[in-house]
Order: sequence, then structure tokens, then C-alpha cells
Amino acid sequence: MLDLTTQIGTLTLKNPIMPASGTFSEDLAQVFDLDILGAHVTKTITREKRSGNPTPRVCEVRGSMLNSIGIPSKGLDAFKTNVIPFYKNYDAPLIVSISAGSADEFASLCEDISVPGVAAIEVNISCPNIEEDGKAFAMRPSTTEAVMRKLRNATDLPLWAKLTPNTGETTEVAKAAEEAGADALVVSNTLLAMAIDINTKRPKLGNLMGGLSGPAFKPIALRMAYQCAKSVEIPVIGCGGISTIEDVIEYLIAGASAVQVGTATFINPPIMVKMVEGLESYLQSQGLHSVKQLIGSVVDQEASDGLVFMEAAP
Amino acid sequence: MSNIALDTKPDFELAKPIHEVECTIISNEPVNGEYRLLVLNAPSKILDCEPGQFFHLLCPVSDTLQPYLRRPMSIYGYYPDKGELHFLYKVTGEGTSAIATLKAGDNFNVLGPLGRGFDILPNWQNLLLVARGVGLATLAPLALEARRLNRKLTAICSARSDQFLLSLDYFRELGATVIPLTDEAGTSSVENMHSIIEGLIADEGIDAMYTCGSNRILKLLQTVGKEHNIPGQIALEQQMACGIGMCQCCVRAFNRNGAIVNERVCREGPVFDLQEAIGC
Repeated sequence: MLDLTTQIGTLTLKNPIMPASGTFSEDLAQVFDLDILGAHVTKTITREKRSGNPTPRVCEVRGSMLNSIGIPSKGLDAFKTNVIPFYKNYDAPLIVSISAGSADEFASLCEDISVPGVAAIEVNISCPNIEEDGKAFAMRPSTTEAVMRKLRNATDLPLWAKLTPNTGETTEVAKAAEEAGADALVVSNTLLAMAIDINTKRPKLGNLMGGLSGPAFKPIALRMAYQCAKSVEIPVIGCGGISTIEDVIEYLIAGASAVQVGTATFINPPIMVKMVEGLESYLQSQGLHSVKQLIGSVVDQEASDGLVFMEAAP
Repeated sequence: MSNIALDTKPDFELAKPIHEVECTIISNEPVNGEYRLLVLNAPSKILDCEPGQFFHLLCPVSDTLQPYLRRPMSIYGYYPDKGELHFLYKVTGEGTSAIATLKAGDNFNVLGPLGRGFDILPNWQNLLLVARGVGLATLAPLALEARRLNRKLTAICSARSDQFLLSLDYFRELGATVIPLTDEAGTSSVENMHSIIEGLIADEGIDAMYTCGSNRILKLLQTVGKEHNIPGQIALEQQMACGIGMCQCCVRAFNRNGAIVNERVCREGPVFDLQEAIGC
């Protein structure tokens, strides 16, 4: 009997495949049975209603895409009334992604969303499209630790910190989040990027810049997931450019305990179902009986011990 | 299961499933200087469509053309009896250029049917379609449905010149009164269109108006609709990523009860109330 379960802190997921925030909604229930997934992760909500960024909000680049959606949100009350009850129809745990403009607002939202039906809170401390002045908490260890401490004090639910690739201090930020009480790290959000139309000379996104996601981003996020898994004790959830079952397996081998699939669902909406099936086939073909045997099985030997992971000069 | 859960889930259970399927190309040929007709052999489960709905198309990738996201395209025709799905399109960018390379026998991955289609309410007997250029493609299934429901249909079709006027015979075969207007003949001005519509209202009356795309036509029909209290619907376009409501890419602004609201073209649309629509 194959064991696809994985452990994210106190939560046991029936398989390691879940959607990435912002690329999933109740609408996907029209495509497949959402209980096939290991967990459900909502689009980031804010306390207030927000309309999001100007259009165009998405553009494609070779083999990938940029987005500057900007976290449109119907607000906390609408979310509690309409969205949480919908997911009570499913066994898969509901992970609610939240964001706010300041650490105190973040903590107060975190407290107010800690309600029955919510299994864990993913704290989006890294959206490149929302924080004032374009700064995200997760770009520095100090701001990460400060906001995570407030969030930790605001809830007893598991806290997943979603990190950003827009930092030169990946492992320091990861350790700061762990130190401040995060139960897991989601690695990572999108990479700040840009595209310009050469005919009109206008940026292709209404917000000028936006986050790169899709296959082109995968090696970067995979590297970060590997670095984080090496530097912290809490589980790492890999996220970035996962489009095939081979990508899922690669992240698990790198040390991720689970993965989030995002942009690939836009191209191929039932892809996560195929990934769950593909994971079973892979384990069978390798003579493995459990996903846990795969997690962190990267053969890096001594190299990893002495490796300097692109640390900043003092 | 709680009562709250029961109250909220049926909304999605009643919604029809969305299918991702590989179809086979029957033909993909130019129909005039600008437009091509794509005919697919499609399974019946994706042919339970409504006029105005669309499919999200996975474009083929080659050495020179590498569209990444799917491309939304309104349905030109769906024929469950013969198992065919038709799209009428104009090559404008990388996605449609890639679709134009498809040959008979090729596989083609489509997702759908998607979105909310046009309504034809029981008391809407005299229907008016107004379209410019390829916009007519979106309204073609509506003409077929109007015929099935035995409604009287008038179609005002505008284009640059006669050669770009599309499928007028198709509309005539469906029993529609067709009024072609062209830039070349100098008949396609808003003023002329306005007086033609006023004539139709004075003559037999119009119960509902339908259009898509063009800002000029939208504004004209909004004016006429307000003046004569005639309801209408418009099919709108917007760039899309997911096509099923998840990503919030395709929002547009609408006037509703005195406020501006954002709605997803892929999910709340692509068909919207004529008076709520805002041109871009």
C-alpha cells in the first residue's frame, strides 16, 4: 500500500500536492473533485475590500508569465460568510492566505480569521504587488521576525510563512521566520520582473512590474526551497514553476515536504489530479512505499556542508 | 454537514462541469481575406453550450510560435447532432497565428464551455443583433437559438467593405432580416445605424438588443435602450489567464446601482447587461 501522506507540523496531508494561493478558487470544483488535493489554499485576503491593480494584470513571457493582479479582496466578512462554508464540504484542510499593510493589521486579521473551518494560515509576507513602497516583510530577516512574532501571538493555528525570492538573504529570512514561530515555510512567492512592448514602448503590465511565475522560475524557487530545507527544522513547502510530476518529485527530493502548484493550473486545469496519479506511479516504479522516503533524499553528500549559499559579504 | 454548507454548495453543483479535452481538427481554412473558420470534431459532453459562451484554447507550440497561456475564443457554432465545434477567428497575434497552423487531423486541446451566455427571455419576441466585423461570430449561435425559439431576428452587420462582411447568408438562412452596412458604401456611420434602429423600433418594435465588442455600437445601443426602455446584453472581451475565475486577470469595470464594480469577464461574463457595461 502506497503512503502518499505528508506531515506539515501538526497537520497530516493525504498527499503533498496542493494549489498555490491566487491560482485556485471554488471555481475549480467544476473541473475536478477538490478532495483529491492534499490541502486547499485560498487567494490572499485582506480585511478590507480591495479592487486590485489596473489591467493588464497578466502578460506572458517566453514559456512563463508575469502578473500584477494586486490582491483584489472582497474583505474578511464576505470571506467568512461565503468562502469558508464552501470548503466545509471537503475533507482537505483549508489554508487561508492573508495579507495586510502593517504588522499590527496583519496580526489583527490573523486573529480574526482563526475560526472553525480554517486548518492553517498562510501569511503572505512576500507579495511583490501590495506592500507599501513595494517592500515586503520577507525581504529582510528583521522585518520577517518582527511580523512573524506578532502573527504568532495572534493565533494558535499553524502559521505558514510565504517567503519571497526578492531577497539576498534567503536562509537568514527562513531562520528568522522559524525563530519567530512559523510552523512551515512556503518557498516561494513570485520573482519581481518586467516586460515592455517594443512597439508601444509601454510596460506590458498595468502596474509596470509584476511577479514571474511558471517554468522559467522553477530552478530559482527550487534552489531556495533546497536552501531553506537545509537551514531550518520546520517543513518547507515548495512553490514555483511546478508544471509536471517530475517537477513535484524534484522539489520533494530537494527537501520540500509538500508542493504548491500554481500557474500550471491555468494552462492545464486538471494538472494536480494527474500529478497525484503520477506520484503514485513514480513511487511504484522506484520501489518506494512512502512519499516520506523521497523528501530530502537529494544526493548532495559532503558538498552541502561546506557550501556557501551565495551569502552577502560582511 | 451543516445547513450553511448545504446552502452554499448547490451553486457549484448545479453549475455544469468544465471539460478539458483533446479534439481533432476537421478543417481550418480562410473564409475571406481576414478570417478563418476552425472546425473541430468534439465530444458531445462539451457541446452542451449556450450562445455567447467561449472556450479556452491551448495553442500549438512550434520553433517560431510559443504562446504560453491559453487563448479565449467565443463559440461560432456548436452542433451536438454532428459532433462539431466551430470558431471564426482573425489572425492578430502569436496565439491566433499558432492556431492558424493547425491542419486537418491534428489534435487540439480545448477547455470549456466557459462563462455565462446570452439570455432570451420568454417575452423577448423581436430581437436585434448589432455587430461589427468578427463580432458577428459571437452572435451567430444566438441567431441559431433565436430561430429554435421561433423569435423574429434582425441583424445589423457592419464592416469595412463587402468582402469583410461575414456569414450574412448564414443569418439569412436562419430567417433573419439582415442589414449590411459598410465603410466603403458610407452606410456604417453611427448616425445611419441610429436612424435604422429607430426605424425598426417605430415599425415592428424591438424587445431586446444584443451586441459585442465595439465601443461605438455599445454607446449607441445604451442611448437607444435608455430612450425606449429596451433591455440588452453585450458580450465583452478581456485578456485572460485561467479562464475559469481563479486568477482575477480579466476584470472589467461596470456601473451597477450608481457604483463602479469589477467583475470577471470569464465568470460573471462574458455576457453582461448592456447598460452596466463600460467601454474601454
